[in-house]
Amino acid sequence: MKIYEMTLAGLIEARDSKRIKPGEILAAFQTRTEEVEERVRSFLDRPRDLAAEYEDSKNGKFAGIPVALKANMATSKLTTSCGSSILEDYRTPYQSTVADKITGSGGVIAGKTNMDEFAMGSTTEHSAYQVTRNPWNLDHVPGGSSGGSAAAVAAGEVPCALGSDTGGSIRQPAAFCGVVGFKPTYGVVSRYGLAAFASSLDQIGPLTRTVEDAAITLNIISGVDPLDSTSARIDHPDYTGKLDQDIAGMSFGLPSSYLEMDIDEEIRNQVLEAAEKLREAGAEVREIELPPADLALAAYYIIATAEASSNLARYDGVQYGTRQSGDNVRDMFVNTRSFSFGPEVKRRIMLGTFALSSGYQDELYKKALKVRTVIKEKYEKVFSEIDIILGPNSPAPAFKIGEDMDPLDVYYTDIFTVPVNISGFPALSLPAGFSEQGLPLSVQLIGPAFGEVELLQAASGLEKRLDVPTLAALEKGR
Amino acid sequence: MSKKYETVIGLEVHVQLQTESKLFCGCSAAYGAEPNSNTCPICLGLPGTLPMLNKRALRFALQASRAADCQINQFSKFDRKNYFYPDLPKGYQISQYDLPLGYDGRITIETEEGETKEIGLTRIHLEEDAGKLIHAGSVGDSAHSYVDYNRGGVPLIEIVSEPDIRSPEEARAYLNALKQIILYLGISDCNMEEGSLRCDANVSLRTRGDREFGIKAEVKNMNSFRAVERALAYEVKRQEKLLDAGRKVVQETRTWDESRQETVSMRGKEEAEDYRYFPEPDLMPLEISDEFIEEIDDSLPELPLEKKHRFQEQYDLPAYDAGVLTQSRELAKLFEESAGKYDDAKEVSNWLMGEYLRLLKENEVEPGQDELNGEKLAELLELIEDGTISSKIAKEVFEETFVSGKAPGEVVEERGLKQISDEDELAEIVAGIVADNPEVVEDIKGGKDKAIGFLVGQVMQETRGKANPQLANQLIREEIEKH
Amino acid sequence: MISREEIAHIAELASLKLTEEEKEEFSEQLSDVLNYINKILEVDTEGVEPTYYPLPSSNILREDEVTNQDRRQEMLEQAPDKEDDQFKVPGIEQKE
Repeated sequence: MKIYEMTLAGLIEARDSKRIKPGEILAAFQTRTEEVEERVRSFLDRPRDLAAEYEDSKNGKFAGIPVALKANMATSKLTTSCGSSILEDYRTPYQSTVADKITGSGGVIAGKTNMDEFAMGSTTEHSAYQVTRNPWNLDHVPGGSSGGSAAAVAAGEVPCALGSDTGGSIRQPAAFCGVVGFKPTYGVVSRYGLAAFASSLDQIGPLTRTVEDAAITLNIISGVDPLDSTSARIDHPDYTGKLDQDIAGMSFGLPSSYLEMDIDEEIRNQVLEAAEKLREAGAEVREIELPPADLALAAYYIIATAEASSNLARYDGVQYGTRQSGDNVRDMFVNTRSFSFGPEVKRRIMLGTFALSSGYQDELYKKALKVRTVIKEKYEKVFSEIDIILGPNSPAPAFKIGEDMDPLDVYYTDIFTVPVNISGFPALSLPAGFSEQGLPLSVQLIGPAFGEVELLQAASGLEKRLDVPTLAALEKGR
Repeated sequence: MSKKYETVIGLEVHVQLQTESKLFCGCSAAYGAEPNSNTCPICLGLPGTLPMLNKRALRFALQASRAADCQINQFSKFDRKNYFYPDLPKGYQISQYDLPLGYDGRITIETEEGETKEIGLTRIHLEEDAGKLIHAGSVGDSAHSYVDYNRGGVPLIEIVSEPDIRSPEEARAYLNALKQIILYLGISDCNMEEGSLRCDANVSLRTRGDREFGIKAEVKNMNSFRAVERALAYEVKRQEKLLDAGRKVVQETRTWDESRQETVSMRGKEEAEDYRYFPEPDLMPLEISDEFIEEIDDSLPELPLEKKHRFQEQYDLPAYDAGVLTQSRELAKLFEESAGKYDDAKEVSNWLMGEYLRLLKENEVEPGQDELNGEKLAELLELIEDGTISSKIAKEVFEETFVSGKAPGEVVEERGLKQISDEDELAEIVAGIVADNPEVVEDIKGGKDKAIGFLVGQVMQETRGKANPQLANQLIREEIEKH
Repeated sequence: MISREEIAHIAELASLKLTEEEKEEFSEQLSDVLNYINKILEVDTEGVEPTYYPLPSSNILREDEVTNQDRRQEMLEQAPDKEDDQFKVPGIEQKE
């Protein structure tokens, strides 16, 4: 097996048993990246020489492991553009907590990955810079908004990447690219240094090739952060703790109403097949009732855009980023923002501003927050009866690049992923197979708040029985 | 004051809290640093950075709330106030909207007639300050402005009064009372010149007897208490004229022009502002327990007005004295220390209100920054009482003690200032002076009794002020009779 | 349906300037999205408290300590325009 084909767990084991050196790991992934990056285009910025970034002094768990970070996470070295031209070439004078944790444990930041501008989008086509391609079929999108991170892992450019998930932005691209994507409970991973889309929904998580790798990565990046008031003040467990424990006896809920919605036939079958595998493994699977998915989607689009309209107000051309001239400061603000934000970002800022404006605030924004309570409570009730929810992730496999869709259709692709952002719960996208077209298919597993360990246990149990390849070959000429 | 109209004023006061660091980051909150030297990624709101609340700022805001008799919202939170301005680094200010820390409070003021009146407080909330915008030219035509974010993120409390104030004088009394309370709490220096206390006013008039409020104008940019009083007086007159002429007051923001001594309309500011307040998702809410409120209450010092009343009662002081002595906490403390050791409290008060305040002013220092203490003042007063020194000499001693901190007895000793009360010693000096001034002696004998003062002065000069003046007077008369 | 006037007002609040085309497009798209979003109005939320914070937590505080040094050069490094250690912006002009 080539080095770049190895999983994160495999690399760590091989390095610890002195079969490979950190420098060799880094060199191998560098070579692989140089081979495939021209076709996949995952990265917006990366160091020239990965091995040179490695510091011998730091020989922690991630020593010599290259990790790709989404371009909305601040790093002291590379650019943090958030996929937007308003932050072209922007270098932050501070580092995100996750970047500190990665480098602090010996890992090397392998680059900043492409994304939809300010994480708003489901295809990564809303990047101001480039289109990233799905490593399994280059004519298709990698999903979004963490499309660059998902593509980099599926293409073998890195064994592990970080994404951010506000409404499915880790899980949906993971599904499109056939890798594991994990959104932990809100507050498990610090948001310090993550350029905010919607502060009460955003959460950083890993994209990896296996469930075990996701758990290992979570062990590194999680923790209480004195810089983040919203980081959960909890005792963090060893997230790999129950990976090897049997799932026999666990109970799974299957939201049958979700499967009756407008979703791809192959995806529906994949979910049912996964349920069957769970039963075979001795787990119980029973039908459950979840709150209507479209309500969660509606509430999500109000809350997310409202917060975003405020979070993105700081991009005004005064302190950093690009500036367009103006006769007075007000004109400068307006010109800078109008010129540099893309249409999707403007659309969401407009929607969010509307939702918060006087006259609509009570009707839309406050109402959405009450619906959020209703949804959260229903989920909590479900979790008093079963351990884990099994359901669809994206309603369809990866779209074709350039496919013309109106905004509402695009927003609909988030329908199964947003409820957990609204409630703060952890959820994982698990590769489950391939479509007839050869595109990855996935299922979603959802756990209760801070139920990461059991969720990872369930995902690992199902993963073993599904046994799906997670590395795209990307042979030349294909 | 107009007989026809009643003045209705409400004040919004911003007070910068004297914390070490800013409200949400570890930058120094000190005034006067080099431009932008007190900034960091957090107070500049760089992408991805997050606020973390300063414990002491919360405590100060709660102390202010309780000192002003506010109820506390035991579940409170921060909200974002959204608007674009270059001095606002994030495009929103972190403030408090519907759940301020304190609400429904009151400040007691004393009117000119000497009566007390309560001014209601709508709310006290905690928020961050904005940066400072420096215009290269005059506002309106300058080509550039410069932004210094040192002040950005410094903690502020906003204190909003009810429209209970009925005159510019009451407004000033309210500000004085508020400032005194804050100084007593030690949570701000209330320096208006440095912007650590700022005041905006809402002013309206209504026909006496009306229940409904008139249309109000908001007045900004008043840089001293005197300016507030003047601006409000101007504004009241302006509105009176409008109403008398049958015209309407326009609801608008006006700025006080100190050089022209008038309020001027700020055009354009009236466009419907929509701040789109919503809960700040980067900060967790606040839960203020009963125990915490109790602890805050216990930590409050005796407040100025209570102290004043107590001084009147306990020390039998006139209201005026008690008012002056309680102006500052340090002065009141000095008084109590002295009065505890010397039993003529009025005498202590006289010395503090006279010599002490004079020396403070002359030396440009605040109470507590000098070397005097209660024990030393009491000692000085004893020295006068037992005749060791004269009142006049005492002033010299007082000044020395004020500056160097030397005990009065020590000063008297060192400088040889002890009063000459020895009759024989003084009689000798007197005899000499009477002999040297035959004309004056004749005058006195001829009935010009006042002239005796000249001879006493001569004795004082000869003794460099150490003679006991009563004794000198008596001895001079005796000596003249001998002639 | 959101009118074009409303769109213009919202754009003003958001410090955005929209082209006529964009106004047209946003007016339609936002109306569609709002129609969809209005589903939530049907939910019975009588007596339901809004969820502002996804986690039950409160009173996260820091000690009042100065931990930052003078970093102004770093902070000013990427300013589009600056002078004498200050950020430089076009003048403030009162709107007529």
